[in-house]
Amino acid sequence: MTGRRETERRAGPPLLEVEDLRTWFRGPGGDARAVDGVSFRLEAGETLGLVGESGCGKSVTALSLLRLVPDPPGRVMPGSSVRLRGEDLLEADAERLREVRGGEIAMVFQEPMTSLNPVLTVGRQVDEGIRRHRGLGAREAAEETVRLLGRVGIPEPEERRRAYPHQLSGGMRQRVMIAMALACRPSILVADEPTTALDVTVQAQILELLADLQREMGMAILLITHDLGIVAQVADRVAVMYAGKIVEEADVETLYRRPLHPYTEGLLAAVPDLDRRRDRLAAIPGRVPDPARWPEGCRFRPRCPHAWGRCGEEPGLLEAGGDRRARCWLVREPARRREEVPE
Amino acid sequence: MSGAGAAGRASGRASGRPSRWLDLLLPGLRAARAGRASGAAVLGTWTLLWGLLLLRGARVAATFRSGGVDDWVALATLALGLAACPIAARRWLEAAPREDAGGSRAAGSGPVDWAAFARHRQASVGLVLLGALLLIALLTPYLAPYDPNAQHAVVATRFLPPSAAHPLGTDRFGRDVLSRALYGARISLSIGFVAVAIAVSVGTLVGAGAGMAGGLADTVSMRGVDLLLSFPRLVLLIALVALFEPSLALVTLVLGATGWMGTARIVRGQVLSIREEDYVQAARALGFGRWRILTRHVLPNALTPVIVAATLGVGNTILAEAALSFLGLGVQPPTASWGNMVASGRDVMLHAWWIAAFPGVAIVLTVVSFNLVGDGLRDALDPRHAAGLR
Repeated sequence: MTGRRETERRAGPPLLEVEDLRTWFRGPGGDARAVDGVSFRLEAGETLGLVGESGCGKSVTALSLLRLVPDPPGRVMPGSSVRLRGEDLLEADAERLREVRGGEIAMVFQEPMTSLNPVLTVGRQVDEGIRRHRGLGAREAAEETVRLLGRVGIPEPEERRRAYPHQLSGGMRQRVMIAMALACRPSILVADEPTTALDVTVQAQILELLADLQREMGMAILLITHDLGIVAQVADRVAVMYAGKIVEEADVETLYRRPLHPYTEGLLAAVPDLDRRRDRLAAIPGRVPDPARWPEGCRFRPRCPHAWGRCGEEPGLLEAGGDRRARCWLVREPARRREEVPE
Repeated sequence: MSGAGAAGRASGRASGRPSRWLDLLLPGLRAARAGRASGAAVLGTWTLLWGLLLLRGARVAATFRSGGVDDWVALATLALGLAACPIAARRWLEAAPREDAGGSRAAGSGPVDWAAFARHRQASVGLVLLGALLLIALLTPYLAPYDPNAQHAVVATRFLPPSAAHPLGTDRFGRDVLSRALYGARISLSIGFVAVAIAVSVGTLVGAGAGMAGGLADTVSMRGVDLLLSFPRLVLLIALVALFEPSLALVTLVLGATGWMGTARIVRGQVLSIREEDYVQAARALGFGRWRILTRHVLPNALTPVIVAATLGVGNTILAEAALSFLGLGVQPPTASWGNMVASGRDVMLHAWWIAAFPGVAIVLTVVSFNLVGDGLRDALDPRHAAGLR
């Protein structure tokens, strides 16, 4: 069934197409342009990693897809579009939006500790979504809940569905969150830092679970993380975000082997590597600027080791051949790259 | 203590059958002997109910011949109480220690820390007092030795001090103070509960509406609440009651109408903070509508401080009713209420102290009990005490 659906989709518009998404927050110091012109596509069954430092706009991007950004103060600016199989979700009415949320696009949040309602048993929370979107009766929904809890790797699901969130470990809670998200067989799963709050060993288990479920259900995953290691493990393609914009986009292998944008380069250099022992970890100097006052021209210029005169003018997302793009003038003038970057 | 309990259970199991008969004959005895207060409470209730049935069997039997609603309610209470004691003893008292020891506690126990409540000595005392009070109020038709409004030979029987015939004495009309105080308990408690139920419903509605709507609606309704709160409650009560003919229903309604503002504020504050919680965001991301999010995710999490406030509110309301009745604006004579009893005994305080003193003590005990239970609930419901949320 999944196969047939996929061929249908390939013929039509892409599963998810985000174009020129701009989400601004009104503030006393002027509008904070948290997301400022993000575009990407997500095809059925693929995993796109959205990577960047804290404050670069990854999470706001995710929330904007389902119009979950609190308004006020946030606002998705006119001209943005989020198209699910060609249907613009930013134009959808409230009724349709509620169908899409959880039904077509489901989210898993970062904090399994606080993302579950503390006064309801986990079984009821999974059950709730199943009944909301699939219209099953009480008994069928209960059976489905147990099945799902078992599927996401919760031992003794029959017993555990009666447990309250505080009686479960962080990993178990994240499994419950995943079960809730999968309850309605969404075609897109948006996972916002799904493993950040977990132990490393549990992280690996959760990632494996997500990959398994993806294979089984054929859904697309938008994985939002600051951890390049995780992206390397599970993503097909990567989009690197900086200061509210996507600065580089490529498939995983290419990006890791030969990053184009100096920011990506910096991120990769900052990952600890046991093969190349160094006394100090490389760090990108400075920090992400204030979203209400992005720098003129290239937004990475103040922190960039390669910056030169032309960087005063903002580059577009330049095609670099082989389905990769980078928002950097170095794509046009590779000779400007300084080989040995002073530490 | 737990060691003694374990030993008691072991011997009970060894002897087998006798302990089962013992639980039926004297429920709670084994738990009480193991030093558990809940056992003593069950045993006490059991004894009281049987004592009532034996001593006032004729009065109970009269229910079948000529009983009013009050009598039937009392009969139902008696029957339920007698049935509940052995069941409670077997299901909870004797089974409870096993649950504490085993790991099976994980499934089914809610986020409320009942153990913290049980450890709270004063709260347990308050709860026992309230339980007793409620039982007494329900059983009043059987317990009261006389009709509360009967005036026999007024001149001969008035201002009698406490004696065997009139345990708490008689008032200026020769009415039995004990009987009147018992009936007064019914009035005070029902006014307290019903008025608080009204206040909590209105307050929750207004508070939740303001918190969810936000913006102008929030500002307007909360400034309205501030305005109402700026009147002293008693003045507001007197003004409202003075407008109409005083009656029981009116007093209840007016007490409810002047008591909801605190709840509204609490609920609004809770809703404002809870609607920013991750799990509310998650529910929104799963496609639930505002109404469902409010009733299923926001309100249940907002209710704990409301429960505490309501418990304390019952005490306050009983006090307010007493004050109104004392001023002659509340429950009207001849209907007995603790407040108007105190009022009627005020001017004869020096030579017939019992008329005002006993209802006064009853008011104090009741209000203190509600406050103790409220404090205990506050501790038990405090998330900082709840396991796993630290």
